[in-house]
Amino acid sequence: MKKLIGALVIILFYSACKSNKTPSALPILGNREPVTKTVDGKTITDTVYSTIPDFKFVNQYADTITGKSLDGKIYVADFFFTTCPSICPVMHRNMLKVYNEFKTDDNFRIISHTIDPKYDTVPVLKKYADKLGISGNTWWLLHGTKDETYQIAKNYLVSVQEKNPQGEYIHDGYFILVDKQKRIRGTYDGTDPAQVTKLIADIKVLKAEPDQVGAK
Amino acid sequence: MKLKFITGISLLLIVLAASCQSDEQMEFNRYYSGGSVIYLAHCQNCHGEKGEGLQALIPPLTDAAYLKNNKTSLACYVKNGLKGKITISSRTFEGEMPAADDLSPIEIAKVLTFVTNSFGNKTGLINLQQVQANLEKCH
Ligand code: HEC
Repeated sequence: MKKLIGALVIILFYSACKSNKTPSALPILGNREPVTKTVDGKTITDTVYSTIPDFKFVNQYADTITGKSLDGKIYVADFFFTTCPSICPVMHRNMLKVYNEFKTDDNFRIISHTIDPKYDTVPVLKKYADKLGISGNTWWLLHGTKDETYQIAKNYLVSVQEKNPQGEYIHDGYFILVDKQKRIRGTYDGTDPAQVTKLIADIKVLKAEPDQVGAK
Repeated sequence: MKLKFITGISLLLIVLAASCQSDEQMEFNRYYSGGSVIYLAHCQNCHGEKGEGLQALIPPLTDAAYLKNNKTSLACYVKNGLKGKITISSRTFEGEMPAADDLSPIEIAKVLTFVTNSFGNKTGLINLQQVQANLEKCH
C-alpha cells in the first residue's frame, strides 16, 4: 500500500511537471560533479556524470561479457532469479515487449543479472532463456558472484534509491536504461506495463539523440 | 377452479425455482468475485492477467479440457504446488509452481471458481465442501 501511494505520488509529480510533447532528449541521472581543467591556457568547467564501471560476467551461452561488450550499445539492465515466485514473471513478461521491439537492432542489448548465482548456473539460465523464447544476442542473462552482482547493482540502482529511499531496490523490479556513454538515462518499474511502454518510447528518443547516433 | 389451482401452484413453483436459482447464482457470484481478488494477489504474476501464462515457462489457464479433467486435483495443485511434465493446450511444460500453503480451503475454492469460470472456461462453482473433500485425497 505504501508503495502504491509512493508510486502515485511519483506519477503525480511526474505528470505535473511534464509537458505533453515528446521530449527530444532524456535527462542524465546519477551523481555529477563539476571538473575544472585547463585547456589551451584557459580554465573551463565541465560536468562529469557518473558512469557504470567495467565488469565481467558470463552469459547464458557461457560467453564472457564485460563493459566492452556493451560499447556502442544502448542497453537496459535488470535483476532477477529464475525461481522467483513474485515479480520476476511479470518483469520478464514486460521485458519481452522491449525485446520484441528492438531485437533486430544490433546496437541494443538487455542484460538481466541473476541475484541467485548458486541456483542459476549457466545451464539453468540457458534453459530459462529457451523457455522464455529468446535467442541470439539481444538479451543476455548474466551470471557472476553474488558480491560482484550486488556491487554492480549499486551503480545501477543509485538513482532509484534517490527517488525512493525506503525500497529494496534489487528486489523491486526496476529496469535501468543506460546510454552508449554508460550513463543512466532512466529508471522504470518493470512490473508496470505503462512504465514499460514509456521505456520503449524513451529508448526511441535516446536512439535519436545526436551523441548516441554518432557514438561508437 | 381446478385450473386456477394448477396455475397457482405452477406460479409458486416458478417463483421458488427462480429464487432458488438466484441463491445459487448469488453463491457463485460470491465465490467468483472473492476469487478474482485472490487471483490478482496470488496467481496473476505468474499466470497473467488473462490467464495467458508466460511463454514455455508458465502454462496458461485456458485449457478448459485439462481443467475439467483435473477438476478434483486442482485444489491439491494450488495447496501443495505442482511440478513435473504436464501437457496444456498441446504444449509440454516442465516447471514448478510453488505451494500456496497460506491459502485456506475457502480461499482455494474461491480462486478455483474464478479460474475455472474465466479466460473462456465454464466449469461452474467449486465450493468449500468440494475443496475440503479434494484436499483429503492429495498425495
Ligand atoms: C510462481 C509462479 C506461479 C504462481 C504464483 C502460480 N502458479 Fe500455477 N503454475 C505455475 C507453473 C510453473 C505451473 C506448471 C507446473 C508444471 O509444469 O508441472 C503451474 C500450473 C498450474 C495449473 C495447472 C496447469 C494449467 O495451466 O492449468 C493450475 C490450475 C494453476 N497453476 C493454478 C494456479 C492458481 C489458481 C494460482 C494462484 C493461487 C497459481 N497457479 C499460482 C506457476 C505459478
